[in-house]
Amino acid sequence: MSRLRLEGVTRRFGGLVAVDNVSFEVPAEGVTAIIGPNGAGKTTLFNLIAGALPPSAGRILFEGADITGRPPAGIAAAGLVRTFQLVKLFEDLSVLDNVKVGCHLQGKAGLFGALLRFASAREEEAAVDVRARELLAFAGLSAFADEPAFGLPYGRQRMLELARAMAAGPRLILLDEPAAGLNTEESAALARVIRRIAEEGTSVLLIEHDMTLVMNTADRVVVVDFGRKIAEGTPTEVRANPAVIAAYLGTGKSATGAAVTASDHQETARG
Amino acid sequence: MTISPAITSPERRPLRLAGLLPWLFAVLVVGYAMVVGGYAATVVSFALIYAVFVTGLNLFMGFAAQVSFGQNAFAAIGGYLSAVLTATYGWSPLPAMALGIAAAVLTAAIVGYPALRLKGHYLAMGTLAIGLITYEITVEWQSVTQGYMGISGIPPFGIGPYEITSDRGQLVLLSLVVAASLFAAARIRRSRFGRALSAVAGSEEAAVALGIDVARYKLAAFLLSAGFAALAGSLFVHVVGFVSPEVFGLHMVIVTFTMLYVGGIGTVVGPLVGALIVSLLPETFRAFKDYQDLAYGAALILLLIYAPRGLASLFSPRGRS
Repeated sequence: MSRLRLEGVTRRFGGLVAVDNVSFEVPAEGVTAIIGPNGAGKTTLFNLIAGALPPSAGRILFEGADITGRPPAGIAAAGLVRTFQLVKLFEDLSVLDNVKVGCHLQGKAGLFGALLRFASAREEEAAVDVRARELLAFAGLSAFADEPAFGLPYGRQRMLELARAMAAGPRLILLDEPAAGLNTEESAALARVIRRIAEEGTSVLLIEHDMTLVMNTADRVVVVDFGRKIAEGTPTEVRANPAVIAAYLGTGKSATGAAVTASDHQETARG
Repeated sequence: MTISPAITSPERRPLRLAGLLPWLFAVLVVGYAMVVGGYAATVVSFALIYAVFVTGLNLFMGFAAQVSFGQNAFAAIGGYLSAVLTATYGWSPLPAMALGIAAAVLTAAIVGYPALRLKGHYLAMGTLAIGLITYEITVEWQSVTQGYMGISGIPPFGIGPYEITSDRGQLVLLSLVVAASLFAAARIRRSRFGRALSAVAGSEEAAVALGIDVARYKLAAFLLSAGFAALAGSLFVHVVGFVSPEVFGLHMVIVTFTMLYVGGIGTVVGPLVGALIVSLLPETFRAFKDYQDLAYGAALILLLIYAPRGLASLFSPRGRS
């Protein structure tokens, strides 16, 4: 059974069809990447999967269960956790506490657990501490554990967001442009971490502009353009696909298509 | 900006000791009032009651970063229920206080459930309305509250025949309540519950993505805050022996906001430091006579310029950056 399955998912904003009848599956094993030019509808697709937006039509199934229209916190609780294109850390909290917040779904302690510190709450807290420190080590952030999150360099903030999402214990993690703004070295380190996450049994679905990252990490690639899925396959297959080449290089496309591609190149140059 | 651990770690130890300074200040002030008694004890007693209220306000505004201009409503509910039940119906203070707190929390739940869908300025206006409505009720419902006349003859706290009537006895009682309140706040801070509040404060979107039920935690913080407000309201009426609508009016909102920001919003000790400083400042400037208010205002402005995150934050590593 696939981990995630999209069936004819569509999202309209007024007259604009941002996501148009998209169907694909994310297998339980490995890394799946969604690529496509800027404005292709990738982030909208993510928002639909994570429950931040309801789809106009279609169904989304996570591990066989229909999660279409469920609230985002409920989807996270089901085991599907996302990260954001623009890092959203809890800046006033320490690096360690950010990851501990990520462990929220793993615990049960409430207000009375906090005030009275029952044995169960203490045990839970000790387990959270161990788990959070393991994840910091995994993300190479142990040395920064007690630093405030806002003080981390950008590349490490990205790693922290990843560690925090992993703390929620997801079975599928959605990464929205995890390599945006990273230098080559940081991007390579990120690719290794993503591979390890997949090897340890969490399915990964990522959106990415950084083709090196996609080629280094993804087992399967889904290509979208103008809200539609235009190709699907292994990275090598997709790279050779004429439709994909057309979407990226603008051959045989309308003027608008070329404009989208141009802005995409600027984006890549900046990142 | 990059903070490398190699640079900041050696600073850690002295800073941690510096973190004790606000506590030391509070102990000294309360200790002084205990020794001197009289007027000083009265001023510090009021400050301690405010500290309980502001600790609650801080849970909602500091920990969860929401806004409420209406917490005085819950102080009024706690205070008036205590006053009416004891002075009019002859209850003893403790059960009256307990019922007052329960009623305030229940009201907060009924009001908060819809109001907390509002955000930012809208939430501020909504809560302000709650405070104003409650004030009007205390003025107009004369058969119960006696309007502007107020209710007098409210008995002091006590267990059985022992009543706490002396200044010093009340100071001890209030100090214990404040200590327990701050202890609760500190425990909440370092718990799963407290982290969830910090997450709501930091980024609601990220909190939701990690499975945190944002609406539920906002409501929980609001209810807790209302509970502390009602406790403070009830403490006030039993310590003073009298209550009137002005006690819980708009003035209370302004004073407690000042205390929260001067002391250090989001810190544990901040509400206590703020309550003491803001209560004592006007007294220290008494010698300025006609210019007392001017000096007080100037002092507040200076505090906000040089300690924008509050006095308590001057002594914590986070506040220095």
